[in-house]
Amino acid sequence: MPGYANPGFDTLALHAGAAPDPATGARAVPIHLTTSFVFESSEHAASLFNMERSGHVYSRLSNPTNAVLEERVAALEGGSGAIATASGQAALHLAIATIAGAGSHIVASSALYGGSHNLLHFTLSRFGITTTFVAPGDIDGWRAAIRPETRLLFGETLGNPGLDVLDIPTVAALAHEHHLPLLVDSTFTTPWLMRPFEHGADLLYHSATKFLSGHGTVIGGVLVDSGNFDWDAATAATGRFRELTEAYEGFHGMVFSEESTVGAFLLRARREGLRDFGASMSPHTAWLVLQGIETLPLRMARHVENTRKVVAFLAGHELIAQVGYPELETHPDHALAKRLLPRGCGSVFSFDLRGSREQGRTFIESLRLFSHLANVGDCRSLVIHPASTTHFRMDDAALARAGIGPGTIRLSIGLEDADDLVDDLKRALKAAARAGSAPR
Amino acid sequence: MKLDVALPEGPREAYAYTGGKPFDASRPVVVFVHGALHDHGVWTLAARWFANHGWSALAPDLPGHARSAGAPLESVEAIADWLLAFIDAAGAGRVALVGHSMGSLIALEAAARAAELISHLVLVATAYPMRVSAALLEAARSDPMGAIDSVNTFSHSSLAGKPSYPGPGTWLHGANRVLMRRLQAAQTGTNLFLTDFLACDRYRGGATAAEKVRCPTTMVLGERDQMTFPAEARDLGERLHARTVALGAGHAVMSEAPDDVLHALRQALAP
Repeated sequence: MPGYANPGFDTLALHAGAAPDPATGARAVPIHLTTSFVFESSEHAASLFNMERSGHVYSRLSNPTNAVLEERVAALEGGSGAIATASGQAALHLAIATIAGAGSHIVASSALYGGSHNLLHFTLSRFGITTTFVAPGDIDGWRAAIRPETRLLFGETLGNPGLDVLDIPTVAALAHEHHLPLLVDSTFTTPWLMRPFEHGADLLYHSATKFLSGHGTVIGGVLVDSGNFDWDAATAATGRFRELTEAYEGFHGMVFSEESTVGAFLLRARREGLRDFGASMSPHTAWLVLQGIETLPLRMARHVENTRKVVAFLAGHELIAQVGYPELETHPDHALAKRLLPRGCGSVFSFDLRGSREQGRTFIESLRLFSHLANVGDCRSLVIHPASTTHFRMDDAALARAGIGPGTIRLSIGLEDADDLVDDLKRALKAAARAGSAPR
Repeated sequence: MKLDVALPEGPREAYAYTGGKPFDASRPVVVFVHGALHDHGVWTLAARWFANHGWSALAPDLPGHARSAGAPLESVEAIADWLLAFIDAAGAGRVALVGHSMGSLIALEAAARAAELISHLVLVATAYPMRVSAALLEAARSDPMGAIDSVNTFSHSSLAGKPSYPGPGTWLHGANRVLMRRLQAAQTGTNLFLTDFLACDRYRGGATAAEKVRCPTTMVLGERDQMTFPAEARDLGERLHARTVALGAGHAVMSEAPDDVLHALRQALAP
């Protein structure tokens, strides 16, 4: 196995970062629920603190169970390393806080998860980090929004909730032309559907809450570095990113890009961001996410298979105005999806119901298998009305820019029998139709 | 730190990592030499430890690699000359030399060329001759990025090197792959992969060099090394009267077993 052949995706999903426990022989990854790790001596302690040795000190900074998860996700993504965080939001914050501060600027896609939009538009602006939002497909808009103080370009592999496909090769090339990294939220696609680093992205993160864990049981995130961005060259060309390329008084005067040509970003993210902001993942959560990842290839194949059947049903139904799934020729990013997402476009998509708000409400409340809740990427099928929930803080104009209408409904297709899901939708659509014809 | 290395064709700028401490030539000096398609980063943990325990550490980027300027040098002998010029430029006197893979051949050759200057010699993941298969050299010519992937795979003996390097959360296969690919891509005028691997393959001075080495020598080998098989180091070890330490790791021994390597180095460089 290792060393004799290049392990494939399914093998890495089971084995990357993990080996039988040398202390006990345990085959499954042990859960190291401990805050701290005993030093062999005072000298050993000092050398760990001073990064003269690799190892674990305190679980806010690193933990053996978390490390398995970090290595595994990095392996699946083709990255150099990763950091597990308390949530996907924590991963996004950690990415930004590592290379941006007061006065910095971000250019972001307008088609973002509502929580990400909140962080960028409302919260980070309080700390002096501003964001310009551009339509993900508006390449001239991306270019025009870049300023001298810009530190990052950011988008979602599949925009939320309209599934705008981010043209990663083009946006990455634009970013690199300006010596900027491209960060993508890869939650909807997972590495099974797309590996953004192969298309030019530099950093990515997941809400591991979704498909990686896959069972709707935990909140977590993972931030992954490709190791490919040349921070020194960017500093030399633009003066940016000195936090990675010059001595940092907050950690032994360390110059992170000297410590590791390919690991500077994660070194600072862990040694400053995890240390000081502290949004680290519980080892128990890491273990549950690992359990999910072990079956990720099987689950993603089934998610996509089921979604295609549901999409085909909805696309032909008279009560549906449109289905926003990039595999359909009617989706504006169909051609891009064929190029970047040949395995499928995931299992989260939206559609617009014809009719009134009341019919929309009747539809959602008539579903029996689909659960009405605010999550995606569960093994169970889910439904939500974005305008009144996940994106409710956005005004109408922002909603329109994000491709969300008042009648837009988002589904996350699970692993049930596809026929049962279609039956559930049929029943709910009939109820919605009746609600439309009923006297008011 | 950066310094100008005096070469026959004129001074050339070089970079050396110093373990997070200013270089102080009055202390005992240990010089760490990286291997093919690598840079100083493979030695940072060890260099930091020694720099914080009474030594001064120098881990240069070899010419054409990462932060050191110019084209890569084409033979082990040429790089050994460069290394000695680099040590001189740093103002160091007697030094301990530690080299990994191609770096071990460079250290060996340098120790032979300036035997009086070398206090200790440590050859990590070494072999002599360090033959490279014709198939790999051909791949290096026709598809260097693909060849890098092969070398990367064969450099690691595990999918779970713990506690990882330089710290937890690093995916060793991925970090090594992207480092090699970046160094290869940075050399636009030269095929760095081919240059480095040809230098290893063509080096024939090992036996002669071994006769000239005068300092205590240690070999640190990976028991599961598939790039430089431990058996292929045996003859050189006998010629050098070297102490041999075998570690449970592959060719990427510093990243797969960083604590064991540090322990071996501490023993090897003990006064």
